[in-house]
Amino acid sequence: MRVSDTRHPGAAIPIDALARLARLALDDDERARHEADLARVVEMMAALASHDVAGVEPLAHALDATATLREDAVTETDASAALLARAPEAQGGYFIVPRVVE
Amino acid sequence: MSAGGGTSGPDRDLASLAADLAARATSARALAEASSRCAAALQPRLNALITATPELASSAADQVDAGRPGALAGIPYVVKDNYCTSGIRTTCGSRMLAGFSPTFDATVVARLHAAGALMIGKANLDEFAMGSSNENSHFGPVRNPWNLDCVPGGSSGGSAALVAAGAVPFAIGSDTGGSVRQPAAFCGVTGIKPTYGKASRLGLVAYASSLDQPGVLARGAADCARVLAVIAGHDPLDATSSTAPVGDYVAAAARGVQGLRIGVVEEFFGAGVDAAVADRCREALAALERAGARLVPVRLPSLPLSIPAYYVLAPAEASSNLARFDGVRYGHRSSRAGTIEELISNSRAEGFGPEVKRRILAGTYVLSAGYYDAYYRRAQQVRRLIANDFARAFEHCDLLAGPTTPTVAFRLGEKQADPLAMYAADVNTVAVNLAGLPAISLPAGFEAGLPVGLQLVARAHDESALFAAGGALQRETDWHLRRPPGASA
Repeated sequence: MRVSDTRHPGAAIPIDALARLARLALDDDERARHEADLARVVEMMAALASHDVAGVEPLAHALDATATLREDAVTETDASAALLARAPEAQGGYFIVPRVVE
Repeated sequence: MSAGGGTSGPDRDLASLAADLAARATSARALAEASSRCAAALQPRLNALITATPELASSAADQVDAGRPGALAGIPYVVKDNYCTSGIRTTCGSRMLAGFSPTFDATVVARLHAAGALMIGKANLDEFAMGSSNENSHFGPVRNPWNLDCVPGGSSGGSAALVAAGAVPFAIGSDTGGSVRQPAAFCGVTGIKPTYGKASRLGLVAYASSLDQPGVLARGAADCARVLAVIAGHDPLDATSSTAPVGDYVAAAARGVQGLRIGVVEEFFGAGVDAAVADRCREALAALERAGARLVPVRLPSLPLSIPAYYVLAPAEASSNLARFDGVRYGHRSSRAGTIEELISNSRAEGFGPEVKRRILAGTYVLSAGYYDAYYRRAQQVRRLIANDFARAFEHCDLLAGPTTPTVAFRLGEKQADPLAMYAADVNTVAVNLAGLPAISLPAGFEAGLPVGLQLVARAHDESALFAAGGALQRETDWHLRRPPGASA
């Protein structure tokens, strides 16, 4: 996923592209504040670049945990009614969203 | 501000509460009611609870009084409001989940319930556990019982404040980068983050899944040991939960530190650590030395890189975990929703607070093509270096020690405008999560009337060593028994 931002060429932080990818609607004040904050956070992260990590295997998970398998058996009952009851809008066993197909 | 003391109150250690219950000197219902009353009376000053559950606690208490057994039967507690509780709202301190009520109990909550513990409420926290001051809650900041102008620490601020103020003898928190240990230090109580995988994360709302771990706060290490013994152990419903055996933590807390080698980590006492905080910690280490431990100097050279590594990895995982909040299936839904895109983007914009948005954006940035290798992969490599540093240090000692936090509790608002200053305060805690190790924060005295915390770190699955040292320190000192000053509730 590319985050190049054509509306702000040269901007260090492609804030509009990031907001779009993150599905966050930002107003103008928020946009400016997050752009400035993120520039400082990224500057802090740059300390990582100054360290030699050649040949170091990335560590994704503490203690190098490996996934375990369980028996392929049904352990849960149908909870759809309880789950749909927690939806902001549901009808006839479905979640309701705005029309997605024109 | 201690409010739950006295012969029938909840502000006593678990052994004496259990003894009184067994002797019928008090009842579970009396304890539950006293605890709920105390928390309610403190609420206007501390704002430590998001949801009170006094009726639930009383009805569970009646079952205990009717003879229901359990390792924590009749003991009141609060749980941080990022643990799912069946039919009881679980907000994560967020507008996004302000009206959300889960369909099941987190494993930690279910185990406490099975052990007879009485949940009196859901504790305030930084939104989705993102913060070090508890100022990032949709439900307002929590205040420090030692000084109401100061933060209690975060993100388990409500849990720490209620233990410190004497409303409950223990509380459940969660620790992703220090969120149990840092508020324990700021509020003058004991807080343990066990080994990654030691306690189940099922039902603990995810922030950064490779770092999140349930933890316990109580006045003393022996009480943390009793509670951890109940919540620890493999859970088939959490694939990352460990199958390693759970130790006899209660016995460990009594066994002493004779011959134990404690590594004093030079970097833990590095730049930015307040001189008085460092002095209090060295005094606590001297007390452990008097009790029979041996102090040895050690280094963790990669430690300064833990802040940038953590603030790449945790937001990256958060940006992925929090993608589930879309205004469709549960949680806040915007009324400005002409299209599905608007529904999702506006629901998230209205539902999340500034710090959560900041971390989602930062995580999105470091996971983006073109930045992934420079930040995310490199942070994972640094994570390996940090884990290797710990492994090397543990060749020479059994525990590592230093201040939990560089300073005592700061004032409300002091760091709100500067996220980097807030992040920097996590310097001594985040590396422990990156390496997945267990650590405890122990009260180690006071500076300017505010508590100081000593952090001890152990090898993976050696929580027993932490409890041994905590128990020994707390037999040598009484810092963990000091109560906040001021009027009772």
